[in-house]
Amino acid sequence: MASIWEYANPKKFIQTTDRLLPWLSVLSAITLVIGLIWGFFFTPDDFRQGSTVKIIYLHVPSALMAINAWLMMLVASLIWIVRRHHVSALAARAAAPVGAVMTVIALATGAIWGQPMWGTWWAWDPRLTSFLILFLFYLGYMALWAAIENDDTAADLTSVLCLVGSVFALLSRYAVNFWNQGLHQGASLSLDKEKNVADVFYHPLLFCIAGFVLLFIALVFLRTQTEIRARRMRALLARERLG
Amino acid sequence: MRALLIRDIRLAVRAGGGFGLGLAFFLIVVVLVPFGVGPDSGLLARIAPGILWLGALLSCLLSLDRIFALDWEDGSLDLLATAPLPMEALVSVKALAHWLATGVPLVLASPLFALLLSLPPEGYLPLLVSLALGTPALSVIGTFGAALTVGLKRGGLLLSLLVLPLYVPTLIFGAEVARRGAEGLETGVPLAMLAGITFGAIALLPFASAAVLRVNLR
Repeated sequence: MASIWEYANPKKFIQTTDRLLPWLSVLSAITLVIGLIWGFFFTPDDFRQGSTVKIIYLHVPSALMAINAWLMMLVASLIWIVRRHHVSALAARAAAPVGAVMTVIALATGAIWGQPMWGTWWAWDPRLTSFLILFLFYLGYMALWAAIENDDTAADLTSVLCLVGSVFALLSRYAVNFWNQGLHQGASLSLDKEKNVADVFYHPLLFCIAGFVLLFIALVFLRTQTEIRARRMRALLARERLG
Repeated sequence: MRALLIRDIRLAVRAGGGFGLGLAFFLIVVVLVPFGVGPDSGLLARIAPGILWLGALLSCLLSLDRIFALDWEDGSLDLLATAPLPMEALVSVKALAHWLATGVPLVLASPLFALLLSLPPEGYLPLLVSLALGTPALSVIGTFGAALTVGLKRGGLLLSLLVLPLYVPTLIFGAEVARRGAEGLETGVPLAMLAGITFGAIALLPFASAAVLRVNLR
């Protein structure tokens, strides 16, 4: 009778993730090393973009994870609101800084690529702008967590903020489309297209995406463990002061 | 409900309530812009719709933390929460009072300020309509932010960080209506979008605001 809710027990969660973490980290490192080395050194230069095309191996996976991290926080917040499992709230909290860093990586690599290709570091393009707004949402979310002392109150408030923020982030995403025409090319990858990128670039990219996904999961597990342990320690200290 | 609304508006209008501060802030923003970008009236006319929207948004933001803070400090918020009035109605009334006390004066004053920024004559009506339609959304979204930060000391800065990203869609469509109006273009589509955001926010956000307010009053 294995149910996913068993992992809502912090002890069970720590036990399981402890066993998984080394595997996840090693796998993530391996796939990232393979993907990046393959991508950087063993793929040809693009005939128009030259070697700048290779930034795709950092840009696309990090952008993907920046959005998926927010989605994961949304799911975790919903679970907290509905079932009130503390691990879920802590996992959402743990994912936020990782997602914010992914957003920064995507923006920074995009800027580095855009300078030689578009001739500008930054343009008020819908995609770029909505990513910047997503980053602001991450900042607000983390700031709210940091500002509230009571853990349960903070978890409640941040999960409602995450829900409302998701709606508005989505609205902004389509509002900026309306506001300015895009410079950014269409989606490089999508599931419903038969062929996305030329195969030479595509295979190492898959490795990089897998590496980023594994890295994200490993980091969230690790950070959630840290949060659980920190909270236990606070509880112990409080008990000691009382007793 | 009506009693609460009247009480809130009275508190806002009387001395020390901060009524008029928002308007004064709006005026200062409008006065400062030409110092920043130069007095060229062609340029001013071009950026006027955006500046007016930004000014209205910022002065709306300025008064947000007053929505709940004073009631929280003297304990009347607890009394209101235990009153037979549902929490959703309470936050809706609070938002309405905020809009009547800050939003409406901003809307009414905007043509005057548009004059200062030499907005073309055909832009006045779209500006007025877009502000009248958009500022309620600003108040409702702001009430949500104020409910989130009500228990915090020095919540003001955090409040702006939380609320400003939520204002993005309203600002985009509102400023777009005003801009298109000033350039004599069709304004129907962004106007419909703006109305959608406003009414959607009025219909749904009070539930979220009430939920976080309950958490904060626990």
